[in-house]
Amino acid sequence: MSHGRYEMVVGLEVHVQLRTRTKVFCRCSTQFGDPPNQNTCPVCLALPGALPVLNGRAVEFAVRSGLALGCAIRERSVFARKNYFYPDLPKGYQISQFEMPLCEHGFVALASGRTIGITRIHMEEDAGKSVHDRFAGYTAIDLNRSGVPLIEIVSEPELSSSAEAGAYLRAVKEILLYAGVSDCSMEEGSLRVDANVSARRHGEQALRTRTEIKNLNAFSNVERALEIEFARHCAVHDAGGAVVQQTMLYDADRNSVRPARSKEGSQDYRYFPDPDLPPLVLSRAYIEGIRATLPEFPSARRVRYRTDFAVSAVEADLLTAEPSLGDYFEVVARGSGDSKAAAHWVMGEVLAARNAAGAGTGIPVPAEALAELIRMVKAGTVSNTAAKTIYATLVAEGGAARLIAERDGLLLVGDETSLRGWVDDVFKENPDEAARFIGGERRLQGVLIGLVMKKSQGSADPQKLSQLIGERVGR
Amino acid sequence: MTASLLAGAAAGIAAAVQAGTATAVALVAESFRRGREVNAGRDGLNAFVSSDEDLSRALAASAPCGGPLAGVPVAIKDNIATTYLTTSCGSKMLQGYVSPFEATAARKLREAGAVLIGKTTMDEFGMGSSTEHCAFGSAKNPIDPTRVPGGSSGGSAVAVAAGICPIALGSETGGSVRQPAAFCGIVGVKPTYGRVSRFGLVAFASSLDHVGVFGRTVDDAALALEVIAGPDTAHDATSAVRESPALRHVARDLEAMIIGLPREYFPASLSAEMRDRCDRAIAALRARGAEIRHVSLPNTALAIPAYYIIAPAECAANLARFDGVRYGVRIDGDGLVGMYEATRSGGFGAEVTRRILLGTYVLSAGYYDAYYRKAMQVRERIRQDFAAVFASGVHALFTPTTPTPAFRFGERSDPYAMYLSDIFTVTANLAELPAMSLPIGRVTGLPVGGQVIAPKFAEADMFRVAYALEAELGQAAHR
Amino acid sequence: MAVSRDDVRHVAALARIGVAEAQLDALVTELSGILAHMEVLVQVDTTAGAADEPAGMPLAADEPGSVPLARAREDGAPKMRDGFFLVPRLATHDDGERSA
Repeated sequence: MSHGRYEMVVGLEVHVQLRTRTKVFCRCSTQFGDPPNQNTCPVCLALPGALPVLNGRAVEFAVRSGLALGCAIRERSVFARKNYFYPDLPKGYQISQFEMPLCEHGFVALASGRTIGITRIHMEEDAGKSVHDRFAGYTAIDLNRSGVPLIEIVSEPELSSSAEAGAYLRAVKEILLYAGVSDCSMEEGSLRVDANVSARRHGEQALRTRTEIKNLNAFSNVERALEIEFARHCAVHDAGGAVVQQTMLYDADRNSVRPARSKEGSQDYRYFPDPDLPPLVLSRAYIEGIRATLPEFPSARRVRYRTDFAVSAVEADLLTAEPSLGDYFEVVARGSGDSKAAAHWVMGEVLAARNAAGAGTGIPVPAEALAELIRMVKAGTVSNTAAKTIYATLVAEGGAARLIAERDGLLLVGDETSLRGWVDDVFKENPDEAARFIGGERRLQGVLIGLVMKKSQGSADPQKLSQLIGERVGR
Repeated sequence: MTASLLAGAAAGIAAAVQAGTATAVALVAESFRRGREVNAGRDGLNAFVSSDEDLSRALAASAPCGGPLAGVPVAIKDNIATTYLTTSCGSKMLQGYVSPFEATAARKLREAGAVLIGKTTMDEFGMGSSTEHCAFGSAKNPIDPTRVPGGSSGGSAVAVAAGICPIALGSETGGSVRQPAAFCGIVGVKPTYGRVSRFGLVAFASSLDHVGVFGRTVDDAALALEVIAGPDTAHDATSAVRESPALRHVARDLEAMIIGLPREYFPASLSAEMRDRCDRAIAALRARGAEIRHVSLPNTALAIPAYYIIAPAECAANLARFDGVRYGVRIDGDGLVGMYEATRSGGFGAEVTRRILLGTYVLSAGYYDAYYRKAMQVRERIRQDFAAVFASGVHALFTPTTPTPAFRFGERSDPYAMYLSDIFTVTANLAELPAMSLPIGRVTGLPVGGQVIAPKFAEADMFRVAYALEAELGQAAHR
Repeated sequence: MAVSRDDVRHVAALARIGVAEAQLDALVTELSGILAHMEVLVQVDTTAGAADEPAGMPLAADEPGSVPLARAREDGAPKMRDGFFLVPRLATHDDGERSA
């Protein structure tokens, strides 16, 4: 590419909806998808005389997010009013944090080994939704989202490629999912990204003028938009021009980035401390209490899985992508005493069954039941093939692996009398093959074993069977 | 019977209604009769923005008759949300607006048995000191209708002073209860910030706004404040976690109390008569056993400049919600921005517009540190002034409530001259202290008030001083 | 700091208050006059320590229970349809000034 002389510089602002039942400054539901303006009250409609009262759970989740992302938590933080007019911003200001945010100085460690700094995480309220295409000549306003709790995670401008931006976003999402603070669903708008991008010569220290890209509704779009905008910056610099600091919008349908039409001087937000809300004062004990309940995070978990469970790097990544999947794997691995098999089962049958059941349904089959099944395979009580049948039954009906195996006749038959009976029958029914095999044509062993397996409907223990058939040679 | 009852104390009315010797319905009728008698309507004192006798009668019929305010007719300032009558804040922006929820203070009055008889005339959104900035016409001072009743809670002061109801709610940001109480010859109380919930009080400047009470007597005001005070942290994050104080059973003498006279509140410009009325009140305090001590609050002169930075800044943000989208007036214009600009220039009056522009200016890029941040620091110094005086052993302060008695309509046309009406009252708002005004006599035939300021949450001490002063002055308070 | 006509235009635009050209001079005079009285603040030495009250803020439980509305949203709204508040269509429905 022509912009090989330039280095991309990216900082990301990630807005994440906290998983509370009620809004951040009133007790309206945060339910997604209800009829317009149903979840509104005097506070989130900004009726004259209404006042905000902060949701304690939102604070807890915000602190949790900050701790999960390695931040220092301020014991005293301040809410501020960010003033601007927009019809879905009912008060004419957004309650946010400005000079004293709740969390500062965090970081995210990427798999590449690079560490990306987090400047700050602050709490704020969401605006409502403007619908432009429903009524001719009008914009329709739905304030159900108005006042939904958000945190904004602001990274340092330390991301140096679109791929790294993508890796950062995936890491942040993974950590927040682990922390249990958000659903992080871009489809439902519970995770949104704005990207600040600039270009500079390799080795250059100072930052050049940046632009901000909004309307990024998928991680892949972030990466695409960054490439497009970076290329534009490079071209401007090469032509000796100056990049204008402005807001850009990404158009996913056309895969293009274009300037937003914003009015001159409209960025003067006139922040000042919100006089309706005293400073938020948190005790050290409160903060440490939350830290004590943090789960193990994926990066640490991956290292542990590789040492404790001897899984590969790729397997460790897959197993830790979701907290609940990792938890499940650990129970299966310990219960079965075979972590290798447990990993194969979880990444294969278990994920397939979970995906078939649809998102949000949880993992089918209790981990203990799968562990028992794996133990049965290991002990030679059932075959691998039969185990898959049993697993399917567990998914469909539930129950215990051993009982299903017995009921459906899927236990391997290992007693000599039954095996000899089947072998005798097969040798009688196929005298030609039997004679050639006994005469030394060893390659027919597989054929004969197959015939016995067929007769036994798969229940013959393959090891004992091959031993028995082997004894017939040279008799 | 009912007429004499209405002219008496609120506690007496409640006792009669509790005992069944009077009814809330009869008291409503008497209150409206008295209103007609003093010509309280649009062509007269213009005390009310909205009022409806049938509605009040219906409210009276269903009012609980066991509460401490059983059957007591009350007027409420038009910026305190009630689900009956308007909550229009004296503004065209909210003309005819009826709130779908009720302010905590209004709810507590109602639950105590009080009956709403009208929403009162006020300067638009509380911005003014005369009610001349009401979109629906000024209220008039019942003592001299050519003069203003004071403001912004002028209509509530008029309703009480004219004998239409013994108690009324007002609100103040810089003296809007105490100043009209002084101008109309009644008692007006601003409690400690956080003592009474602001939930349902339409915000002007949140850090300075208070719900306050008017009464004809100190005891009526104490009774009303006891009813509306108390924690409300579920609806107002600035509400204090303090139970309502017992105010009506404080001692009536001032033995062992030290009352400070801040010299900055007795400037040379104070008229001789005004000084004389103050001296008489100070003598009364001494007669009741108080030790009088001269003190200084050195940053007092900075209070008005700091106030007129902080209040407009908060007001500019608080009034941004009036955008013609969800409620209130909408005036169409060119597109969305045109609608906003037409609605807000047509809906707000001149004084509100001036303050929004001023507040926007002092917060805008490049000016924040020079104005807003500086004003907040000065506010802190004013707080420290009071803290130092109270820490030196002074229990309460006594000052005149205003520099002059009520002025004539149109007399203060320069905005800054009008702002100076609040010079003795804004400090208590800035410092969040309880303060009240009570009558101390007349100057050129017009009532003037004396102000008692106490430390935070020391309302009981403040009322002790007020009860003693009221008793010692007796009829002289109205001469 | 004297206020200019441009300052007044700028803050009026920020505050979304329509101000006619004819009103500008009067507002310039009034606002400059008021602000002149504020200049005294600039001289004050405020280097001394600020408030140290760690007052803190009450927190609400995350449980449904919003203040109910005594009358329908439609009753007070200038224009509603199908449960939505309606405003004149935004000229730029991607107005860049709003934040995410």
